[in-house]
Amino acid sequence: MTTWPILSVVTFLPTLGALLIYVMARGGDEAANRTARWIALWTTVVTFAVSLILVTRFDPANTDFQFVEESTWLAAGIRYHMGVDGISLPFVILTTALMPLCIIASWKSITSRVPAYMMAFLILETLMVGTFSALDLLLFYVFFEGGLIPMFLIIGIWGGPRRVYATFKFFLYTLLGSVLMLLAIMALYWNAGTTDIPTLMHASVPYNLQKWAWLAFFASFAVKMPMWPVHTWLPDAHVEAPTAGSVILAAILLKMGGYGFLRFSLPMFPLASHDFAPLVFALSAIAIVYTSLVALMQEDMKKLIAYSSVAHMGFVTMGIFAGTMQGIHGGVFQMVSHGIVSGALFLCVGVVYDRMHTREIAAYGGLVNRMPLYALAFLVFTMANVGLPGTSGFVGEFLSLIGTFKVSIPTAVAATLGVILSAAYALWLYRKIVFGALVKPTLATIKDLTLREGLTLAPLVALTILFGVYPKPVLDLSAASVQNLVNNYASATAAIKAAALP
Amino acid sequence: MMFEAAGYQLLPVLPEIVLAIGAMASLMIGAWCGPRAAAFITVLAICLLGATGVIEYLLPKGRLVTFGGGFIVDEFARFLKIAALAGSAATLVLSREFIEDDSRRMFEFAILVMLSTVGMMVLISAADLIMLYLGLELMSLALYVVAASNRDNVKSTEAGLKYFVLGALASGMLLYGASLIYGFTGTVSFAGIAAAAKTGSIGIVFGLVFLLAGLCFKVSVVPFHMWTPDVYEGAPTPVTAFFASAPKIAAMAVFTRVVLTAFSGIASEWQQIVVFVAIASMALGSFGAIGQRNIKRMMAYSSIGHMGFALVGLAAGTVEGAQGVLLYLVIYAVMTFGAFTVILAMSRNGQPLEQISDFAGLSRTNPLMAFFFAMLLFSLAGIPPLAGFFAKFYVFTAAIKAGLFALSVIGVITSVVGAFYYLNVIKVMYFDERAEATDAVHIELRSVVAATALFNMLFFAYPAPLVSAATAAAKSLF
Repeated sequence: MTTWPILSVVTFLPTLGALLIYVMARGGDEAANRTARWIALWTTVVTFAVSLILVTRFDPANTDFQFVEESTWLAAGIRYHMGVDGISLPFVILTTALMPLCIIASWKSITSRVPAYMMAFLILETLMVGTFSALDLLLFYVFFEGGLIPMFLIIGIWGGPRRVYATFKFFLYTLLGSVLMLLAIMALYWNAGTTDIPTLMHASVPYNLQKWAWLAFFASFAVKMPMWPVHTWLPDAHVEAPTAGSVILAAILLKMGGYGFLRFSLPMFPLASHDFAPLVFALSAIAIVYTSLVALMQEDMKKLIAYSSVAHMGFVTMGIFAGTMQGIHGGVFQMVSHGIVSGALFLCVGVVYDRMHTREIAAYGGLVNRMPLYALAFLVFTMANVGLPGTSGFVGEFLSLIGTFKVSIPTAVAATLGVILSAAYALWLYRKIVFGALVKPTLATIKDLTLREGLTLAPLVALTILFGVYPKPVLDLSAASVQNLVNNYASATAAIKAAALP
Repeated sequence: MMFEAAGYQLLPVLPEIVLAIGAMASLMIGAWCGPRAAAFITVLAICLLGATGVIEYLLPKGRLVTFGGGFIVDEFARFLKIAALAGSAATLVLSREFIEDDSRRMFEFAILVMLSTVGMMVLISAADLIMLYLGLELMSLALYVVAASNRDNVKSTEAGLKYFVLGALASGMLLYGASLIYGFTGTVSFAGIAAAAKTGSIGIVFGLVFLLAGLCFKVSVVPFHMWTPDVYEGAPTPVTAFFASAPKIAAMAVFTRVVLTAFSGIASEWQQIVVFVAIASMALGSFGAIGQRNIKRMMAYSSIGHMGFALVGLAAGTVEGAQGVLLYLVIYAVMTFGAFTVILAMSRNGQPLEQISDFAGLSRTNPLMAFFFAMLLFSLAGIPPLAGFFAKFYVFTAAIKAGLFALSVIGVITSVVGAFYYLNVIKVMYFDERAEATDAVHIELRSVVAATALFNMLFFAYPAPLVSAATAAAKSLF
């Protein structure tokens, strides 16, 4: 169908842009900064445009991997193999769509070392797209782990006052989880003689290896996701990261964990996934309730949203390990929706932070009086975060709740409790910041959204509402692949279910 | 055939002969012209090392044996000899500035490096215990002298002396082990020992322990690592870069050859030792480096840790393991060489930067150098997609295949601990406030740094040549 390696182009175009910045934006003066910004913007926009070709040429009815590219790499069983299916394509598009917004959001707020900043973001985009489109485990790992380097620098160089602590914690936490996954990848390699993902999905893995490999993959993805109790790096990283860094962290990097569960844990280790599902349910339920309660106590806006992210990711893990069509479909949708909504919420925090240079909730109040547009956009995202019907947040939470209800009623009940709590903290945050009288003298001259900020938030508002009332595009895109995954999972676990019956 | 003297074929040792004669000729030139000839001899030495590498590459393919089976040239030897020659040649490129300093202008440096390289080549090709000892001593004696080559510096002299005393002790142990092995097997050739060692008599195991103790000293792994931080810190930086690369390759090569060919029959005996040494080195390297303030000392602990990682591959005792060791050695040598070149290149107002805190804000004052250094450090930490990751991948994948799960888990966890101190240097360069600008860097240093860093960054794009060469080399051992 395609004659040119479209997926590799989408993956490596941003790197090309980074090289271009290195060559063009010399000198460290204002002109160089401007050049870097424009090159970065154009690169990400062109990448997004090319990635849209993927959507138009993608055949949603086909459950196989599409746009497949293969060439030799390390060894006979370890090849450069790329491709997307209905599960990974939404994440590829999410990544390419959010990048231009991140660049625009950093336009004014980043003033030092702009070319380096833009290069770090473009390299990060390559690694993120690569993570979602790699069809070889080792290649996946290389992209997955490689993302640590630019993120480490982004938080460490352009972050807040406690950036060093936050970025070290982020890096070491994630690395510790991932190295265990690397060992499991090696074990799988020797088991099947290849790290090719489509082959491994159909290779038989002995139960003992499944169990250990599942745990090793879980160590990595649970940290990345992040799941309670290994979520503690996330609030720190979010608070200290620059706005665009938080957006990428919440919108894309967290999704790699969920994507990993969908791509590896369920299809490759179905028996272990089935056996460990109660563990995941328990952790998800604790995450949803506990982190929602923690969110209620936060005094920092970014920290509150970070904890709410952990809670929302709890819905995703719960839905995925329910193993039902609705659960997994809901998990995928919830991840896409959360990518849009949490990204947008961090952008909203960035808007007021750029004006006031504080993220303390107590420093704000009554913004609606001077910032009506901002209040409107923030409202939409807050409601989506709560999961109000009519916003994209509702669809994902609802589907994953139904899916879980069929499998584990206690988990679903606990998760529903979390929905109520999420309304409590999100509305409380909104009330404290936007409503009330504008009494603080520092806020008296605050300005509403500029055109640039409006440009970044408007598409996200539109998508949040569009996917809330008409979620079909995303759901259709992934339906066939999810159905295929569910069928394989069901047939693999049918045997032990039958054995368990009297 | 013309290359036969006293009944021995000389073709397999042709590269060594060329280099040895070249070194002696250079010595004559030096004796004649005095210190003036230092620059000329250095250039000549680089050319000789290059030519030797070419000859080595052009030798007839396959397995060449001479000196009654005591000297062997196979794919394994070719691969590592060329790597060691490249390391030595690069050292001389780095040291040009060091030896042209008026206070210690000397032509002997290049000659000593050449002689040491001859020793390494003999060591890599050694197929009996006599040849092993001969190569090891030729290599080491030259190294003791170059460690002390900054004659007016107390620390350098101390480093040389310390290295010599401890090295002599290690050689003694190695000789004692060799004599035990000879006594119990009646032969010094590796093939003969392999045939006799199948019984696993206690005497042979005893000898093996002493032999490995001596070799562990040379590759600087726990518990024979104590000399490393002091010698690395005290020796002039080009010499430290040299210590960390070529001699490590040679010593690890003979370690690999001895255990895999001579003692393959009693693998379970030496595997215990290697596993213990690997775990202890990885742990000590990672934890010991955290507290260091001096960057050369930190790199010394890093090298202890990295040799531990290389031994993980050896512990597997398989073809994959040997391949992992080879790749690890080459990639590690490139990484550490690049890192030391950066350390050598950095000075402020003529004073070399040796404390980690001296590198503060380097990303502002010298962005390109800081970037390359950061990439080398990330690579040393084993973060993909840099070459250091693939090095670790190959050794651990061999260990996993051999069923050494506990060793692998401990290994990767220490690599996370190790990542901390590499990140710390990057933090100092990128996150801390800028200090005064550093001095301009010579073009040859810049190009060495750029070459090593680009190798690390681009290895993932086209790994096939190095990987297949290492595979062929590893297979030739079995």
